[in-house]
Amino acid sequence: MTVASPTDFEPQGLQPQGWLKYFSFSLDHKVIGLQYLITGFIFYFIGGALAGVIRMELTSPISDFVSRETYNEVLTLHGTVMIFLWIVPVVNGAFGNYLIPFYVGARDMAFPRLNAVAFWLIPPAGILLIASYFIAGGAAQSGWTAYPPLSLTTPAIGQVIWILSVLLLGGSSIFGGINFIATILKLRRPGLKLMQLPMYCWAMLGTSILVVLSTPVLAGTLILLSFDIIAHTGFFNPALGGNVVVYQHLFWFYSHPAVYIMVLPAFGLVSEILPVHARKPLFGYTTMVYSILAIVVLGLIVWAHHMFTSGTPPWMRLFFTIATSFIAVPTGIKFFNWLATLWGGKLALNSAMLFSCGFIVNFVFGGITGVALAQVPFDIHVHDTYFVVGHFHYIVYGGTVFVIFASVYHWYPKFTGRLLNEDLGRLHFLLTFIGFNLCFTPQHWLGLNGMPRRVAEYDPSFTTLNQVSSVGALLMAISTLPFLINVIWSAYSGQIAGDNPWNALTPEWLTASPPPVENWLGEAPLVTHPYDYGVPEGKIDLRVVSGADLWLGGKR
Amino acid sequence: MTSLAPGSPNPAGAPLTASAAESPQAAPAHHAGDDHGGHVDARLFGLATFLVADGMTFAGFFAAYLTFRSVNPLPAGSNYELELILPTINTALLVISSVTFHRAGSNLRSGNRSACRSWLLGTVVLGLAFLAGQMVEYFNLPFGLTDNLFASTFYALTGFHGLHVTLGVICILIVWWQARQGGRISQQEHFGLEAAELYWHFVDGIWVVLYGILYLL
Repeated sequence: MTVASPTDFEPQGLQPQGWLKYFSFSLDHKVIGLQYLITGFIFYFIGGALAGVIRMELTSPISDFVSRETYNEVLTLHGTVMIFLWIVPVVNGAFGNYLIPFYVGARDMAFPRLNAVAFWLIPPAGILLIASYFIAGGAAQSGWTAYPPLSLTTPAIGQVIWILSVLLLGGSSIFGGINFIATILKLRRPGLKLMQLPMYCWAMLGTSILVVLSTPVLAGTLILLSFDIIAHTGFFNPALGGNVVVYQHLFWFYSHPAVYIMVLPAFGLVSEILPVHARKPLFGYTTMVYSILAIVVLGLIVWAHHMFTSGTPPWMRLFFTIATSFIAVPTGIKFFNWLATLWGGKLALNSAMLFSCGFIVNFVFGGITGVALAQVPFDIHVHDTYFVVGHFHYIVYGGTVFVIFASVYHWYPKFTGRLLNEDLGRLHFLLTFIGFNLCFTPQHWLGLNGMPRRVAEYDPSFTTLNQVSSVGALLMAISTLPFLINVIWSAYSGQIAGDNPWNALTPEWLTASPPPVENWLGEAPLVTHPYDYGVPEGKIDLRVVSGADLWLGGKR
Repeated sequence: MTSLAPGSPNPAGAPLTASAAESPQAAPAHHAGDDHGGHVDARLFGLATFLVADGMTFAGFFAAYLTFRSVNPLPAGSNYELELILPTINTALLVISSVTFHRAGSNLRSGNRSACRSWLLGTVVLGLAFLAGQMVEYFNLPFGLTDNLFASTFYALTGFHGLHVTLGVICILIVWWQARQGGRISQQEHFGLEAAELYWHFVDGIWVVLYGILYLL
């Protein structure tokens, strides 16, 4: 039993209380989760400002806003900050740390000290990365992929700092992953079976398996790359007999799973939010679980679809096309399960629900372009064009970032004890949804017509669509204002939420808001059916009924 | 099974949860082995997960090496015949050191702490002998780090593994010291020793693979 008396843990009395604890080496998973969240949002605004510079530069076909070198640095920093310092830490570290111990019925993570170490690796790594912009030679210029030989010919110091920063963040991610796996598998409250866990646990388990299996490969690869830069070895340097394609293979062995590391937790979070606000059971729990596991397995064997133009042999193209297309099956199952969860439900169209629905719309569009990109002939046509940029942002912004916002609206009452303002929230959603689609839809046209990505100058015929895209980016920037005002104002003057404002059944709502230090004052509750909304008692076992039964159940 | 009509008020906790007493699988509050602050002891599990991650780093290196070998021809005159005697002796040393470490562990569990310490020291000596052998080999190789792709990969693989052996030796020395003090390593409390042992077997296993693909293949 994981029930412990207060003395069993770190003496919290020695740790700072009040706001100071968020700047301390706190071992409380909730404090660490919020540390991740706030740090992530700071880097989101930095990365967003960098995106603003990119879109500003691209409003005109000539390079006039910043120098070309600065443009390269800005786009490298934008990609690296957004992926490694915003999405991965927030969607894994922030919500994972806050929610997973609740969901497994534990009082903290399996390794609280390792958890704090994992968080405190992030601010130094982020500061290191941003600071490299201001040193002589500037930041790395080779994009977030750091492909050699480009990364070997651009200024060395910035690239080495970039590698160091990514290694620190990778280490943080691996420590987090180990912690999540151990917590979910080993710290479950007695009596709680794996197939009774809320879906976010499964998503985090799958994600953490991907983190543990793939991140070390990136770390090893970047160490070899740093040898190439510092010691002038020739692993990836064709001039010295090396092989650049090996770098690409190793890099994408991490960086394709990285897409699932960014989006699987979002799948989990949205699976928590939809049933609560639709007052329906999560449809197809078992298929959801197996879909996640299938995505984990398939996600590890599809990396070379990023390399169809890198001289990959035909058999490899065939294999990776088929494997990639297969991912659409488990993803499609999840997509239809979410739709079925909404079907016939009593939807509360609040901000959390709106952002979740926005996610479903954006994600299915990004998924369709993803299946298209898996086909070799099409991929060769649009490779390295803005089509890829559009597709990627539909998955990672339209998918994951929308879910992050939905999650903030959903769990903010738990974090603070106060509700966010719904009017500002709906305005935020409207501006974000319109701005996002205005920004990234035109990029598909641009890519199909041949506009290459990562360029500061382009053919004048692309000007109008680029300007539309930049207007969308401006709207997205504006959309953060109501959000910022909302979270700051509501923290002090928001409506008091109470312990369970959504009448939710998952365990984090069955305690005070904000929760006490060890999560429950008494014993941890045993929640074996976290999604039993609107189901007559004892009538429906979620694991055995057919879909039609559930739909009827929801309509009653 | 609990129920909740849509929109009905939900008093926190009460109707939604079964108390632990009703659960057939509710365990007693303190069962055997659960002496680490009320926590389930997941430390060895965590270490094993970390070693999976560490093993993936090596797997990446191995994959890179094998690909380089098969697709990147070396420049003329650099197809070295590696000396086999010293690495084979080194392999034997590491395999034996795994056995000695295991002996140290079983002695500790049967309460014989002084024998445990001796076996630990024996393991340290074998580990140091391995590192010394590695040094001798490095100084006698006909190529340097940046000579060609094979040379770079050779040093990267053996160097990264040597780093692991060095860390392992330091860990064993710490365990040996703790076993001498008797506080943290004893018949009842032997997590430190088990962790170091798991790590050492892992490093040993990696070397066997490395020896196979680097020297024999």
